Amino acid sequence: MHRKVAATGNEAVANAMRIANPDVCGAYPITPATEIMQRFTSYVANGKVKTEMILAESEHSAMSSCIGAAIAGGRVATATSSQGLALMWEMLFIASGMRVPIVMGVANRALSAPINIHCDHSDGMGARDCGWIHLYSESAQEAFDNMLQAFRIAEHLDVRLPVMVGLDGFITSHSIETMEWTDDETARKFVGEYKPVRPLLDIKNPMSYGQLVLTDMYHEYRKAHEHVMSGVPKVVLDVANEFEQISGRKYGLFESYRLEDAEVGIVVMSSAAGTTKEIVDQFRDKGIKAGVLKPRLYRPFPYVEVGEALKHLKAVAVLDRADCFGGSFGPLYMDIASALYPYAQKPVLVNKIFGLGGRDYMPDQAEYVVNELVQIARDGKVKFVKEYIGVRE
Amino acid sequence: MKTWKEVTPGAVITDPGSARNFKTGSWRAYKPRWIEENCIQCMFCWIYCPDMAVKTKKDGKRAEFDYDYCKGCGICALECPGKKGNKAIVMEEEGD
Repeated sequence: MHRKVAATGNEAVANAMRIANPDVCGAYPITPATEIMQRFTSYVANGKVKTEMILAESEHSAMSSCIGAAIAGGRVATATSSQGLALMWEMLFIASGMRVPIVMGVANRALSAPINIHCDHSDGMGARDCGWIHLYSESAQEAFDNMLQAFRIAEHLDVRLPVMVGLDGFITSHSIETMEWTDDETARKFVGEYKPVRPLLDIKNPMSYGQLVLTDMYHEYRKAHEHVMSGVPKVVLDVANEFEQISGRKYGLFESYRLEDAEVGIVVMSSAAGTTKEIVDQFRDKGIKAGVLKPRLYRPFPYVEVGEALKHLKAVAVLDRADCFGGSFGPLYMDIASALYPYAQKPVLVNKIFGLGGRDYMPDQAEYVVNELVQIARDGKVKFVKEYIGVRE
Repeated sequence: MKTWKEVTPGAVITDPGSARNFKTGSWRAYKPRWIEENCIQCMFCWIYCPDMAVKTKKDGKRAEFDYDYCKGCGICALECPGKKGNKAIVMEEEGD
């Protein structure tokens, strides 16, 4: 039986981990992902899972223990946020380079300094090129669904790469919302049994991980990684189709909301997409053809599909909840610009930086952006290609 | 040489003992020389050698260095207690 419940995003992530029943979880809890581990360790203590908890002395060690457990042959999951993800950074590349299918919830939070515990995407964006698969969630429901699917994607025999699942810190991680639990038995069957590949504990077939690879082979390993990444979108879609059959909830590489006949559009990730869709509906009621594209699979970025979904629009604003200092534009803007570059006819593209350090993204900000897009679509005049919104001037 | 399509995922080595195929002796700048008359057969060099480059005879006593793998780190010479103040292993510059 599927059950309607009131739950936080963190509770949703912890429950997905309970269902997947990892062999090992190495963790060093951090706000706002702490509740994931708080809940998960209670499942361990109460015998709801057979997981061996490793409480590490830092996130670097937490990820290191996860990698060790994964190459030994176990299903491994963990969670982190912000500074924790930043401290894991070195090990993130080792996890992906060793092709271990670790699943990690990330309650997206701003980076220090100045220190801040609230939501933005600086942490995830800082780790965007580390060879992991990135999924982003709008709600607690999506965090739950993405976590369950993440095990299937990571552990798929054509993939074997780690996956991180982002959910907005506090906004999603701590807000209680109505959502649907997929019943344990169905969800467990969906996630399936773990199949180790080249486990180090297979003593009949001795092998060695962590080799020195120099000028003669390193380039080949990177090309092989890139090739595996290019096959990920197909697996993500296959897993989503299967998930829809057990849950009734449909997922794609991104959500395309009223974009088909749209003239103006906003690209925005995670929880802010909900507010944006609401405002887009209000503009639609006034006869303005607006739409939203909400990325879900952020790495590997589905450039071709995103380009196809946006190319017919007249004006598009990309809302970034992180900035690339010195890179001129926010990270999502640069990906969308790359996706649209090949088309001769393409929308005018502007970049808005919003919501840093948990600054509220209010409906009037979305209204401001849509109004500006309507003006750009009408006369083609761009005041600012990049602008901070919701900032005191 | 393998192409990118042929490499093992995760750079895993599935063929044990394959380091044997990679002769590291050419890295050496200093070469250990064994002076048998000063050797008390303590086997410290054999224990300390990080590259298993101290060969042994069937009776367990030490034999010559394996210069195919000795990187010339000098740990053996440092640890060697020698006999009556005379080292049984000395490091000499390569090419001398």
